[in-house]
Parts: sequence; C-alpha cells; structure tokens
Amino acid sequence: MPDPAPALDAVTAGAFLLVLAIVVPVAGLLAAFAAGGRWVERIALTTLPLGLAIAVAIAIALWRTDAPIVYLLGAWAPPLGVALRADGLSALMMAITAVVICGVGIFACADFRIPAGATEARAPFAFWILLLAIWAALNMVFVAGDLFTLYVALELLTFAAVPLVSLDGRAETLQAALRYLIFALLGSAFYLVGSALLYGAYGTLDIVLLSHQLRAQPATLVAAALMTVGLLAKTALFPLHLWLPPAHAGAPAACSAVLSALVVKGSFFIVVRLWFGVMPGLPGSAAAQLLAALGAAAIVLGSIVALRQERLKLLVAYSTLAQIGYLFLMFPLALDPATARLASGGALAGGILQAISHATAKAAMFMSAGLLYAALGHDRISGLAGVARALPLSVLAFALGGMALIGPPGSGAYLAKTLLLQAADDGGQWWWTVVIQAGGMFTAGYWLLVLVHTLARGDASAALRARVSRLQEAAALALALCSLLLGLFPWDAYLAIPAGAAASNPLTLKALSSLLWPIVGGAVLATLLGRSGLPPARLRVENLLVAVIRPVRRGVLVLSGTIERLDGALRQWPVAAISLLVIAMLLGAAMQAAQSLD
Amino acid sequence: MSIASVFALCAAAAVGLGLYGLLVSPQPLRKILAFNLLGSGVFVLFGVVARRGAAAGFASDPIPQALVITGIVVAFSATALAVALLLRLLQVSGSATLAAHSSARSSRDPAGT
Repeated sequence: MPDPAPALDAVTAGAFLLVLAIVVPVAGLLAAFAAGGRWVERIALTTLPLGLAIAVAIAIALWRTDAPIVYLLGAWAPPLGVALRADGLSALMMAITAVVICGVGIFACADFRIPAGATEARAPFAFWILLLAIWAALNMVFVAGDLFTLYVALELLTFAAVPLVSLDGRAETLQAALRYLIFALLGSAFYLVGSALLYGAYGTLDIVLLSHQLRAQPATLVAAALMTVGLLAKTALFPLHLWLPPAHAGAPAACSAVLSALVVKGSFFIVVRLWFGVMPGLPGSAAAQLLAALGAAAIVLGSIVALRQERLKLLVAYSTLAQIGYLFLMFPLALDPATARLASGGALAGGILQAISHATAKAAMFMSAGLLYAALGHDRISGLAGVARALPLSVLAFALGGMALIGPPGSGAYLAKTLLLQAADDGGQWWWTVVIQAGGMFTAGYWLLVLVHTLARGDASAALRARVSRLQEAAALALALCSLLLGLFPWDAYLAIPAGAAASNPLTLKALSSLLWPIVGGAVLATLLGRSGLPPARLRVENLLVAVIRPVRRGVLVLSGTIERLDGALRQWPVAAISLLVIAMLLGAAMQAAQSLD
Repeated sequence: MSIASVFALCAAAAVGLGLYGLLVSPQPLRKILAFNLLGSGVFVLFGVVARRGAAAGFASDPIPQALVITGIVVAFSATALAVALLLRLLQVSGSATLAAHSSARSSRDPAGT
C-alpha cells in the first residue's frame, strides 16, 4: 500500500458486521435473561449459529477487500470518537471463538439440562447467559480500536469468566473464583494506570493515532511496562499463574473448555495489540527476550508439574500453563534486528496460529477429560486403565486433541512451529529453537502418559457410573479434528506468512521425522518424570528396562518434586504479587535500556 | 508546587497504600478494600490528567472524566461480584480465606471421618 497511514475517518463496507458481532450475543444474553426458564437454552442455541455466521461473514469480507474493516461509533472520527477496527488477526480470532463457542454449546446441552419437572435451574441459567457474555466480550476485545474500549472489554470478559469457575458452588471452586477475580483486578488496575498515563501524554487512546505519535519518554515507558504486566497477570503467564490451575481444573468441563481455550487468549490478544499495534518500536530486544524467557520458564515448569499430577483435569490445566508460555516465544522472534521494531511477519503469524490451534485442541481435551470424569466418577490418571476400550470415542478425542498440540504435519500447530522455527533461524536466535523443540517433547510427554494409562489392560466398563452422550463425544472430536486440519486453511489472506512456509509437502520424510522426535523425547520424559508411574510390565524385556530406568527415575523425581514445591511457593499470594511488581520494573528497565542504546 | 502535582502525589500515595494492602493482608475482604483504594488512586490520576488539559490542549479536558465514570462503574461491579463470592464462600465453608491449604484440609476431612 502506498499510503502508510490508514484512513481513520471512513466507515468501510461491511462495517455493520462488527457492530452485529458485539450486539447479537448481547441481545441474546438480555433476551435470555428476561425470558428465563427453559427459554434461556433455546435463545442461546439460536444465537450460536447467528454469531458463527457473522464471524464467517467478517472473514469473507476481509478476504475480499484485503484492508481493515472500520466502523466509527456515531460517525465521530478519533480522537473525538471511538472506532471499531477488524484486521486479519481479529477476523481469525473471532472465527475461532465462534467455532469453539458453538462446540462448547453443543457439548453443554447435555450437561446443563433443566431437570424434568423444574421450570428453572441455577447452573444452566447462569451458564448460558455467561457463555453469551464471554462471546460478546471477546468479540469486543478483537474489534476494539482504542485502549479504553479494550479495558472495558477485558473487564467484561473477567466478570463473565469468574462465575463460570464456581458454577457448582463448592467451597474450593468459590475460593478459586475469588482468587482469580482479585488477581485479575490487580492486573486491570495496572492496565488502567497505564492508559491514564498514555492519555495524559498524548491526549488520545486510539491505537492507530497513538502508534503514530508515540515517543520514548519516561511516562510512555512506565505505561507500557504497567499495561503489559497487568495483561500478563490476566493471561496467567509464569510466574503470575497462581489462579489458573485451581480455577481451570475445578470448573465444570464445558466451562474449563471456554476458560482455557478462549478467555486467556483475550488478554493475550491485547498484549499483541499493544506491542505490535501501539508501540512496535518501543519495547526493544531486551524486553522481548524477557517475555519469551518467562514463556520458556512456563513451558518447563508447567510441563514438569503436569507430569506430576495425579488428576487428569489438573494435568490438562497445567498443560494450558505451558502452552501459554509457548504463545510468548514469538515476541523476540518478531523483532526486526535492523530497525529494532516488532514486525508483523512470520513470527506473529506463528504465534497467532499457535493460539488458534491451542484454542480448539485444548477445548477438545477438557471436554473429553470431563466426559471421562462423568463416566468414571473420578479422574485419577492411575485409575484410567481400560478406559480406551470402554469409551473409545472420548479417549480418541483426547488423543487427537493432544496430538494437535504436538503438531503433526497438516495441523495448525505444525504450521505455527514451522513459522517460529524459521523466524528463529533467520534471526540467529538458536536458543528459542531449543525451547520450541523441547516444548514439543514435553507436550508429547504428558500426552503419552495419559494415553498409556487409558490403553492399559483393565476392566473399566464395569466401573462406569454413567452413560456418555454421543453428541458430547462428537463435539469434542469435531474440535480436535478442526485443530488437526487447521494447517490446510488458506491463512495468507489474513496473516503475513512468508512464501514457502505453508506450501511444503506435509508427507515428506523430513516432515514426518519432525513428529517422531517429540514423541521419542516425550516417551523418555514421561517414563522418567511421570508420577503416576507406568502400567505393570508384562514382557521380560520391559522388566529389564524397568530395572535399568528405576534408579535414574528416582533421582529425576526428586528434582521434579523440588520444581513442584517451587510452583507451590510461587502460587502463594504475596510471592505472586511481588513477582508482578518485579516483572513490571524489569520490563520498564529493559525498555529504558533499549531506548538509551539508540 | 501546583495543584496538579499535589493531587498526583495523593494519587500515588493511594495507589501505594492499596498495593501494600493487596500484598500483605491475608483476609479477602481487606484485599477487596485495598483494591478499591488502589482504584481510587487511579481515578484521581485521571482527574489530574483532566485538570492538566492533557495533550489535547483544552483548558480542562472532559474525556478523562468520562473515562473515570466508566472506571468507577467497573470497579463498583467488581467489588459487588467479589463481595458476593466472599459471602457465598463464608456460607458454604464457614471461613473466608484464600489460603490454598485450608481447601486441601476441608477436602481431606470428609475422607478422614
């Protein structure tokens, strides 16, 4: 494009779609709230296809015009008015949100049914209304054009997400919800301070206007550091993850799926908007490396603690923690060394693709974990023997979801990994190559640990307490398959993907061997670090191997036990709050150092 | 020292006290109150920005006031939600703490008895 400054005062074609994307879920929510009773579910289920259609329409409109869609509220142009803007990133995130919410909606029909005879039940009423509220808030996050609208959307998202955690009303989940709420509020206060400082310095909070005016002055750097760290607290990046494991593991399955797949992506998306949209030239290399270092620590700690869990839902929650770390690896890789600016190139595309494929895959994993829990009455990993024979489709959904996270050729995660590795190669940042490959091995590790237990010989069908609905299994399977096939989607229309990354043949020996290594490494990690141990060996060779492995395993388990205790210490309230302040200071110092170098 | 500086210092003090409360007090109700104090500090900061007329060049800028009203509504809703959760927690468990070990104990008790 010859004109670097996009038109600000023009409402483009298809702009009403952006309004509809927010208004339709809100209208559904209000109608459901007013109607009550059995109408709540009916209204919510009618809103789902409508919202999906709007998201698809926005994606098609963007693909046709190839320029951002802009809507000006009340026809007032920024800085006086407020704009809604949708670019490729927003369209993709909105589309994947719609897909996941529809999947969760189908899954939740069976779980949140009003019992016969009753006219209304508390949990279904709250669930459907909050589901629509989360959808509206997420769409608002994706299309908001200024930092204050983003703040409001972020708060709406938190308020809708917190009650989902404690929907069953047990004391543990209420406690988890309260922890989540107070820590999230601390994060949003930091974000609000940052936006006050930015408004004071520049007189506008519009993303495009700010990106043209931003200068490196103390107020800007402080604002940038505070806003970033506030968002990190809401995204639960290590070491600010005190609220995530109990909240995501304690919620009902459908709620965990939404929280883990979508809600943490909302604040992650605002970090991306802030760093790539508002201040691409400001953070510099040191701050970006710091973010990715926290991400790398999240991968290692999250995966090791996941391998030590005895309960399946906690394992999946810790896997989310590790995958959130993966999302932050793109920041130093996106930094253009020549200009010291964050470039919207392959690395950004890789990070967004990772977020999208994690959303679908993790929703499928939480759903199938919930199905196993409902059928067995427990989710102890060591008690899963024989489940694969008793509930083949649920286990298949879990297997495919986990597989999609590891990234076989053709999946979204494979394309994301290819893009990130390529960016690391181009930038000469070999240490992130190591982290990305190790992350794949860890993912394969906890995936294999669960699969081996479900495939072990045992009679689970006798222990089944409840029947599993085929519709729920189908919803989980569909989301897992969606994640596995994401790599085949034509992404070029929405993301800046370097030529050749997507076109490579997925069935070559090289591509297949890229899948083999994580699985071999994962098998070793699961054998050494898995606390639930391995199913009893039946062959003599296996016995021999066990004899060799046992002493090594004992030593490694002591080490991973220490890491688990470290995680426990980090999740204490004062420690997490102090880490928040320390990270804010480090980020500010890193940005200041980058500026004084220039 | 100008009026704006005095108010800015007050804002900083309120934010600092709120942060301190959020950090050290173990009771959730005190944490909620500390969050409100922190929030008030931020709102005063917006007031200072409005008073200075910001970069927009107005004598006193009305936009930060609009932002503050929205912020107050958000903080009010957040407080209401947090207090509701806290009351429910008190009803269900008989105690209102956020310490992780107490939940572990309460879940272990039924098995032990």
